[in-house]
Amino acid sequence: MADIELHAIEKRYGDTRVVNGVSLTIRDGEFLTLVGPSGCGKSTLLRIIAGLEAQDGGEVRVGGTCVDDRRPKERDVAMVFQSYALYPHLSVFDNIALPLRTRRLSFAERLPLVGRAFPRRRGIERAIRAEVEQAAAMLDVAHLLHRKPGQLSGGQRQRVALGRAMVRHPAVFLMDEPLSNLDAKLRVQMRAEITALHRRLGVTFIYVTHDQAEAMTMSDRVAVMMGGELLQVAPPEALYRDPQDLRVAEMIGSPKINVVSRAHWAALGGAEPGGLHAETTQLAFRPEDAAIAGPGAGTLGGSVASTENLGSDIFLNVTLTHGAGAIVVRTHPDAPRARAGDPVCVRVEHARLMQFDSQGRRRAALARVAA
Amino acid sequence: MRRRGRAGRIARHVLLACTAAFALAPFVWMISLSIKPPQEIFQADFHLWPTQFYGFENYRIAFTAAPMFTFLLNGLMVCAAIFTLQLLVCVPCAYALAKLRFHGRDTLFAAVLVGLLVPPQALAIPHFVLLYVFGLLDTYAALILPWAISAFGIFLLRQFFRAIPDDVIHAARLDGLGEFEIIWRIMVPMSAPALAAFGIFSVVAHWNDLFWPLIAVRSADISTPALGILLFRDDEAGQFLGPLMAGAAIIVAPLLLAFLIAQRRFIDGLAVTTMK
Ligand SMILES: Nc1ncnc2c1ncn2[C@@H]1O[C@H](COP(=O)(O)OP(=O)(O)O)[C@@H](O)[C@H]1O
Ligand SMILES: [Mg+2]
Repeated sequence: MADIELHAIEKRYGDTRVVNGVSLTIRDGEFLTLVGPSGCGKSTLLRIIAGLEAQDGGEVRVGGTCVDDRRPKERDVAMVFQSYALYPHLSVFDNIALPLRTRRLSFAERLPLVGRAFPRRRGIERAIRAEVEQAAAMLDVAHLLHRKPGQLSGGQRQRVALGRAMVRHPAVFLMDEPLSNLDAKLRVQMRAEITALHRRLGVTFIYVTHDQAEAMTMSDRVAVMMGGELLQVAPPEALYRDPQDLRVAEMIGSPKINVVSRAHWAALGGAEPGGLHAETTQLAFRPEDAAIAGPGAGTLGGSVASTENLGSDIFLNVTLTHGAGAIVVRTHPDAPRARAGDPVCVRVEHARLMQFDSQGRRRAALARVAA
Repeated sequence: MRRRGRAGRIARHVLLACTAAFALAPFVWMISLSIKPPQEIFQADFHLWPTQFYGFENYRIAFTAAPMFTFLLNGLMVCAAIFTLQLLVCVPCAYALAKLRFHGRDTLFAAVLVGLLVPPQALAIPHFVLLYVFGLLDTYAALILPWAISAFGIFLLRQFFRAIPDDVIHAARLDGLGEFEIIWRIMVPMSAPALAAFGIFSVVAHWNDLFWPLIAVRSADISTPALGILLFRDDEAGQFLGPLMAGAAIIVAPLLLAFLIAQRRFIDGLAVTTMK
């Protein structure tokens, strides 16, 4: 297969623009995650790639060829839906076998009774059975083949849906929040299984989620979407360390990035890191880039509002003075314990401080530009 | 708490039993009359079971005085044909109205709703004239064709199809099914309870229909059961009340039988689709 190129894709429902000029190239064999809050147009974009929905503007190209006039089944993509979308009246076996049957048997051969009259069908059905059983074994649902989807647990349905998608070896997998209906433990396990599946199959995965943790742990690259637009497309580390937009910075990472306005920063007596950009209105830093320090120049004053002990780390929620808001500081469990109500000073590592302008765009620190 | 719950339950059951008795009374009376000799039917004192069992004679007369089997067979054929045609029209229409996006869809659906409000009697004359023009009066076609398109069926199925998630249809398209295959491989099996409900309405309505056959058909050999039974009435009703009731019992029997047999399946069907 080849790269998938989205070129200025637009989609409107009535008067609302749901997808707003999205351009993106997904490389062959890549695991790309589309992450964004609910309702930002992720599923719509996925349906456009699949050909289930026609875009109002722009082009979808595969290997340089425009595929806009190809029907879904001609695009060689498979999709896994959030609701699984299994056929409730068919057994697990028939659910997984359906995409193979529609592709390999002619219309007449698929007819309920008449189909049996075709001698060719026996052999094809035998091959299909073998392939379905192989896929089912790979996904650990071989013992469920005779059941109906209604008799399966959420995790099992998820695997059947994966089986139905992979049995015909598509060039592209589209997954629309496939794990969001599972419980937390199963979700973590399925994450690993899906990444393993990607490695084994070596085909392109486009994975949609609103969960930044899924995006960060599974993907080669993450595309952050908001309000129908792509904010940034980058590998997970770059997205975390080098967000180009305040909204990206706020979406990625847990606990959330700390944001202090420039005015408050100055009032608090925070050190002016070598060269704030003129347009900078907001300063942001990750909880691990701040530390509790003794009182002194260049620190932010505040008091501990509460603490969260995760065992490996302790997060301090600090309320800053001057009404500058609240921030989170990560501390080591071995460090001196602070308790709620304690006054503290926070020192921020300047090299890690990010600057954003009033539009939320990232501004490079002048010093680093000069260096 | 528990006592009140039980009292409530008893009250509910009494109420339901009364309603059921009220609905069943004419039916029981019909069966009772159908097994009584003529002189007993007009006796002043009423008892359910006749002193002289006359059922055998009444039912024999009912079967021999009129071609009852022909009527039943006609009824079966006409109802089956009507329901088949209705499905052929309603299912694709309902699918398009529920799941496809095209210009004028909402207008078309509004038209279906209007169709729902038009009483079939109002269309009797236009239908009659049309059939006359095509020379189809007094044929099976006259009994069947006017009912081929059911606004009610389109409406009912459209509502049911809408409840089926789009994702399932999207999955089917990606799996390579064409639109018609989606209809009969996915939509129809998934809405079996709705189809069954529509089937009950349709078959009961047309099996029992007297109004339209009376207008469209004259010959006994294509009469439906409800029309056929009128043949008894044409004779001196007094003498024939027993056989008339026997005839009535005979024409309801197939429906009753069918529902008793199918009852379990309907309930099973409902249970299947409520599972996600
Ligand atoms: N068929 C549709 N008709 C009208 N609006 C729709 C339709 N599908 C989605 N939308 C709207 O488009 C927006 C984006 O939807 P979606 O792509 O499902 O978001 P996401 O998957 O990111 O949660 C939502 O506001 C939703 O209400
Ligand atoms: Mg979605």
